[in-house]
Amino acid sequence: MPASKKVHVTTTINGEDTDFLCEPRHSLLEVLRDNLGLTGSKEGCNNGNCGACTVMLNGRPVDSCLVLGAEVEGAEIETVEGIACSSNLHPVQECFLEGAALQCGICTPGFLVASKALLDKDPHASEETIRFDLSGNLCRCTGYDKIVRAVQAAGQKMATKV
Amino acid sequence: MKEFDYLAPESVSEVVSVISEHGDRAKLLAGGTDIIVQLREGLREADVVVDIKKIDEVTSFKYSEEHGLSLGAAVACYHLYEHPKLSQLYGALADSTHIIGGWQIQSRASVGGNLCNASPAADSIPSLIALNATAVIAGPNGGRTVAVQDFCTGPGRNVLENGELLVSIQVPAQCNNSGSAYERFIPRNEMDIAVVGVGSWVRLSEDGTIAEARISLGAVAATPLFAEEASASLTGKHPSEENFAAAGELAKQIATPISDMRGTDEYRAHLVGVLVKRTLTTAAERAQN
Ligand SMILES: Cc1cc2nc3c(=O)[nH]c(=O)nc-3n(C[C@H](O)[C@H](O)[C@H](O)COP(=O)(O)OP(=O)(O)OC[C@H]3O[C@@H](n4cnc5c(N)ncnc54)[C@H](O)[C@@H]3O)c2cc1C
Ligand code: FES
Ligand code: FES
Repeated sequence: MPASKKVHVTTTINGEDTDFLCEPRHSLLEVLRDNLGLTGSKEGCNNGNCGACTVMLNGRPVDSCLVLGAEVEGAEIETVEGIACSSNLHPVQECFLEGAALQCGICTPGFLVASKALLDKDPHASEETIRFDLSGNLCRCTGYDKIVRAVQAAGQKMATKV
Repeated sequence: MKEFDYLAPESVSEVVSVISEHGDRAKLLAGGTDIIVQLREGLREADVVVDIKKIDEVTSFKYSEEHGLSLGAAVACYHLYEHPKLSQLYGALADSTHIIGGWQIQSRASVGGNLCNASPAADSIPSLIALNATAVIAGPNGGRTVAVQDFCTGPGRNVLENGELLVSIQVPAQCNNSGSAYERFIPRNEMDIAVVGVGSWVRLSEDGTIAEARISLGAVAATPLFAEEASASLTGKHPSEENFAAAGELAKQIATPISDMRGTDEYRAHLVGVLVKRTLTTAAERAQN
């Protein structure tokens, strides 16, 4: 068994240059939550099934529990903490609140990150596309319908803003 | 997770020397969607994890009409279904990569990793076999190539020897009158393991008959299978429902599925017939368009 040295990693998180030390076995999710205090991303399953840990890595949604902290050297990361613009909530956040698209809220950060990503691609995404693209995010409380409606409402807000 | 070292070499030869030295105690990391889970759950152990995503030839892909597609082993799934031209030329691969996990998984998971992990139910392997793809391997004694249909040797096992890695996957060029498709059966709409998966490829002649066909089956044996007899039976035939159903019956004969909570062996054999017919129909439609 090697005595693992810590790795020094430099990245950009929510637009800010950030560096941290981590053990090679630590996931990006552990680094975000335990080293950097960004506890918005949640651990649901820790094996890639639930999407509660979703963050954007170089512009793509990934499960941060399946990324090693050591891998993100030079990468750009966006977490749920970066979605709101100072004190203004993003339309996706507003619509989740207004539409009561959450109950316990554990899944919400992951849904927000993935929903924003899919609406940035296409604010007019169909219900079918929304359900397909969000199939990597699990929710045990809402039954999904309110989430899908909130995403559709957010899409409309985003489309009228531009 | 147990402790390990992390290395991210920038050349294939460096990877070869690291994995030759550490043997089984070194594990390669592409998208990590299998290996990180396996290390965390203690199914595999490593002294050193070797990230191959800093290597150009492993992370890039190129297509030419002469040489076809050269797909770096660590290229993530989404590149294949989002690419307008590749998704059209290689319909079966686009179908497969679009249903491997969800969006988050597809942002990281590679076709090369799916192949090397060698799950009998891996969704990209039947498509690669149907498209007659070849694995390009590097190792301490130089390079070699192995047909994808001979690459997997058992559940979780492949032909790679100590010190070897998959560098890329070579998929033959496609012409206007070829088409391919992949379908799997799962009890849900998405995010599940195939009960049966089938990849089919056809090339049509000028007169509309089938010049050549290739059918491959997943999740019905210890490794994905090339259905040789069923494929050959279609040569010279019309792309009709009847002929496709007959090919499905032949394909059933090589399936040796197990019964488990996902389905009985009898049900799986039935699904082989259904999916062979469906994928051949889609492949032929794509070839005609
Ligand atoms: C939630 C979830 C859902 C999933 N759904 C599906 C699904 O629907 N269908 C499906 O088929 N799969 C599915 N998978 C499995 C997985 O995503 C795929 O097998 C994936 O394609 C593996 O690719 P990777 O790049 O992540 O590989 P990695 O995990 O990085 O590597 C996979 C294996 O191959 C080895 N390896 C990687 N690259 C090389 C190389 N170049 N040379 C030699 N060895 C190498 C690694 O050491 C490891 O053993 C799912 C996984 C998760 C977590
Ligand atoms: S915690 Fe990462 S996918 Fe569930
Ligand atoms: S609100 Fe509880 S899991 Fe989604």
